[in-house]
Amino acid sequence: MWSFSDIANELHIWLNKTFNPTLTLVIEMVIAGIAVISLFAVLGLVLVLMERKVSAWMQIRLGPNRVGPKGMLQSLADTLKLLVKEGLTPNGADKLLFNLAPFIAMIVAMLLMAPIAFAKDFQLWDLNIGVLYVSAVSSIMVISILMAGWASNNKYSLMGAMRSGAQIVSYELSAGLSILTIVVLTGSLRVSDIIQSQADGWWIFKGHIPALIAFVIFIIAVTAETNRAPFDLAEAESELTAGFHTEYSGMKFALFFLAEYVNVFIVCAIGATLFLGGWMPFHIGNWTGFNKVMDYIPSSIWFFGKTFFLIFIIMWFRWTFPRLRIDQLLNLEWKYLLPISMINLLLVTAMAILKWHF
Amino acid sequence: MFITKYIKEVYLGIKSLLVGMKRTGYYFTHHKEIITQQYPDNRDTLNLPERFKGEVVMPHDEKNEHRCTGCQACELACPNGTIKVITQSVLLADGRKKKAIDKLVYHLELCTMCNLCVVACPSDAIVMAQTFEHSVFDRTKLTKILNNPGSKIMDGIE
Repeated sequence: MWSFSDIANELHIWLNKTFNPTLTLVIEMVIAGIAVISLFAVLGLVLVLMERKVSAWMQIRLGPNRVGPKGMLQSLADTLKLLVKEGLTPNGADKLLFNLAPFIAMIVAMLLMAPIAFAKDFQLWDLNIGVLYVSAVSSIMVISILMAGWASNNKYSLMGAMRSGAQIVSYELSAGLSILTIVVLTGSLRVSDIIQSQADGWWIFKGHIPALIAFVIFIIAVTAETNRAPFDLAEAESELTAGFHTEYSGMKFALFFLAEYVNVFIVCAIGATLFLGGWMPFHIGNWTGFNKVMDYIPSSIWFFGKTFFLIFIIMWFRWTFPRLRIDQLLNLEWKYLLPISMINLLLVTAMAILKWHF
Repeated sequence: MFITKYIKEVYLGIKSLLVGMKRTGYYFTHHKEIITQQYPDNRDTLNLPERFKGEVVMPHDEKNEHRCTGCQACELACPNGTIKVITQSVLLADGRKKKAIDKLVYHLELCTMCNLCVVACPSDAIVMAQTFEHSVFDRTKLTKILNNPGSKIMDGIE
């Protein structure tokens, strides 16, 4: 049976036979870059369509159903429209920062792709501090938003950017603490070790209730970090027109839009890796027969299935809950999520020391 | 105590969020609840909700009789002067004179379908119809006379 890792290995061997090692490395990097960019494009199309369909069904509407079979080409048509639109830079804007901001957003999203394991032994960069790297790089995202808001020379944009700053600074904490609970249980920051430690059951089951609490807090915190409703104060259509990307149009707007969806995918992939075992099939302790059957489903399907399940949950939040006010947002983080996740981390640490988990 | 209040708040908050998610989850899985009408495509099989308001009409029975007494309550209730009731006095069989409507003029082009006239009417003479394809080439056609020519009031309506 062929898999992603087999294809990658075959390619690596063939390239090494044909070219010298340096050239092989360069070619492999180019291939990885193209693969990441095409994954972004496909993700953008699929997730936008998924969001529109999910939102429509949750609001008792039909959603896109005219372009292509069952409306499946709608997002492609929208992309074409955005491509041919004029990318306007306002007169009073800071030209350099204004044009740089969408690219920073995309670059951050690309950097975050590196430590994600898409399938068994199929990972761009298995660095030994993978989880730390993710939480560090994802906080650069706020710089692109601040840059866009500041450079637009527009009060709505500036307000949105400032709100986004306050929001990400606070929610990074509880996201980090809930990631730490899994790091405590695993004893490693390396993504492949974390996945390997879930071979006899995912952490959400093995870690009892504390892992479940950490999972819920993680989902809430990453929803806030990706600036999606009910935490979309940075955009807040009804208050700030479109917040930090009010002045953007055409492809520069599309890059922000794409970065949002790619970030949602990435945080859900991280959540799936930490709590739901990444590409690891559903295993129960010592049931070898059951585990064998589960192994027949390819690891990439497990990974994408879990990730899209989490994406669906985040979309479900978005289309159910109303937006929080800024003081409610900060109350939720500093009075509820942070104390709970701190106590939770303490519980998990005690559990890990006393070996209460499975 | 503070800590019990805190835990109770968290519990009630999560519970109320789950109630909301249950509702949207129900709509997500039950597509028969979708209320969107794909209008030009299903023009023949339109399924409009009961309270849909298209225009004001005055129903007449088979003897060409309506229920309007000409009391002008609808004219007073209308916020933007859509309805004009033009009355006349008719001679009854016993020689008494009585007020009755000559014309009930309805300006569809001014109407906002607010339903206030229907609510105000004491004798249920006017109702909201579900027709909504009102476009015409000449705007004078939008000024309608609701009572049929030659119609008169039903017996027993005062």
